[in-house]
Amino acid sequence: MALLAVDKLSMSFSGLKAVSNLDMEINEGELVGLIGPNGAGKTTVFNMLTGVYLPSEGSIFFEGKKINGIPTYKLSHLGIARTFQNIRLFGDLTVLENVKIAYHQHVSYNMASGIFRLPGYYRGEKDMEEKALAFLKIFSLDDKAQELAKNLPYGQQRRLEIARALATKPSLLLLDEPAAGMNPYETQNLMELIRWIRKEFNLTILLIEHDMSLVMGVCERIYVLDYGINIAHGCPDEIKSNPRVIEAYLGEEAI
Amino acid sequence: MKLLNTKNLIRLLLLLVVYGVFQFLFVSKMINPFYMMTLILVCIYIILAVSQNIITGFTGQLALGHAGFMAIGAYMSALVVVRMQGSLVTGIIFGALMAAVAGMLIGLPTLRLRGDYLAIATLGLGEIVRITFLNMDYLGGATGLSVPKTIDWTWAFWLMVISVFLMSNFINSSHGRACISVRENEIAAEAMGINTTKYKVMAFTMGAFFAGLAGAIYANYMYLIHPGTFSFLKSFEILAMVVLGGLGSITGSIVGAGILTIVSAGLADYPEFRMVIIALIMIILMVYRPNGLLGNKEFKFDFLQFRKKG
Ligand SMILES: Nc1ncnc2c1ncn2[C@@H]1O[C@H](COP(=O)(O)OP(=O)(O)OP(=O)(O)O)[C@@H](O)[C@H]1O
Ligand SMILES: [Mg+2]
Repeated sequence: MALLAVDKLSMSFSGLKAVSNLDMEINEGELVGLIGPNGAGKTTVFNMLTGVYLPSEGSIFFEGKKINGIPTYKLSHLGIARTFQNIRLFGDLTVLENVKIAYHQHVSYNMASGIFRLPGYYRGEKDMEEKALAFLKIFSLDDKAQELAKNLPYGQQRRLEIARALATKPSLLLLDEPAAGMNPYETQNLMELIRWIRKEFNLTILLIEHDMSLVMGVCERIYVLDYGINIAHGCPDEIKSNPRVIEAYLGEEAI
Repeated sequence: MKLLNTKNLIRLLLLLVVYGVFQFLFVSKMINPFYMMTLILVCIYIILAVSQNIITGFTGQLALGHAGFMAIGAYMSALVVVRMQGSLVTGIIFGALMAAVAGMLIGLPTLRLRGDYLAIATLGLGEIVRITFLNMDYLGGATGLSVPKTIDWTWAFWLMVISVFLMSNFINSSHGRACISVRENEIAAEAMGINTTKYKVMAFTMGAFFAGLAGAIYANYMYLIHPGTFSFLKSFEILAMVVLGGLGSITGSIVGAGILTIVSAGLADYPEFRMVIIALIMIILMVYRPNGLLGNKEFKFDFLQFRKKG
């Protein structure tokens, strides 16, 4: 059974069909790419998978269960985590606090223990701090723990987005252009990191990325969207030589 | 390092000194009763401002119903104390709890609104509370209700300290951080598994509880409570204290409540100038320190800490 199955999924915005009739299956442990020219509907797919948008048509199954209409925060509890293309960190909070908030769904003490400072609070906070720092360490952000998230350089903000998503302990991780704005060296590093966390945390990953060489290098399978329509899917070599894909991308460059 | 660390011991010592000095001045009659009243009002407004800050400064919800919750706390405690011959403690607890219940009931539907809409809806509901008490002859109606004065400096000061302590504990816990994440970025908070509606309602209910507590202290100190006291202007005054001190700073709210209460008391003989002066202070603030006196930082006594020996 596929971890994530998407069946005839469509999303229209007052007439504009951003995504139409998308079928997609992702098995546990896979690293799958989702590519397409600007405005193809990739982020819209993520927004439907995470309950930000309610699909106009079609169904989404996660671990065999239909999840259309389930609110975003509950999907996070079920194990779907994401990063944002337009970075959405908690800017005025520290890097450490950003990760702690993502870990909140696993907090071991209740509200009363926090308000009355019962022993559970101290134990829970200590545990949380250790866990959060461990996530930061993976992304070499542990020495920035006390800095405000908004003061981090761009590349580190992108990495913090992933660290924060990981802290929710997901089984499916959705990465929306995690390497956007990074230099080739940072990008290469990030790709190795993504491969490593997939193994370490038993993750299934769906990745949106514009950098072709990067997607081809890291993904096992790729779905291609153009104007909301799934024009191709297959392994990187098949995608590379697919005439419809070449046309879609050439069309973009001609503009 | 748990509750009894050096930092907290120093804080406790400072509080005992502040309490002791004024208690001594009061008992030895070296302080004019009017100043004493101002000091007790400062305590009451500190509770109001900090609890408004939980809702607006930390959770980012511009709700303006605080006068209404204060009224509920005041009248419900008076109901227990005057009409049912209950004790002061029962009255205070009942008043605060009823305000919290009202807060939850009002919060559930209104917190789905955003920005200005939430402000208008909560202002309106606050006025409905006031008008309800205005028409309740059982609780004095338009003439007001007299309540025996049982609150003194000791009660007001320590209830304020406990309230601020509990609210600050909340904000510095995981549940408080969840509230702050709502302010920071609601979409990201949801994606990280934070039920934003739940935490908005939680912050709002807690704010209402402490506003009710402040109202109960007020009722049992002032001899007379009157619906006119709890008009929407009161909600604005409380918000002004929070903005003056800095949204998202607890110590800021304490400073803001202190300054505006003392300024108001100083202008007690010129009531027509009071709002003008407060407005002037706010305008100057917006020009020179748009984020409030303390921004979202906390004032710390770190300089009193002993240096760690390496
Ligand atoms: N909330 C919305 N309301 C109206 N139109 C929207 C909305 N969200 C997306 N769209 C439209 O849907 C289409 C697909 O947008 P989407 O953001 O999914 O593209 P994308 O593939 O992620 O593009 P990019 O590579 O630029 O990030 C675009 O035409 C966009 O303008
Ligand atoms: Mg996009």
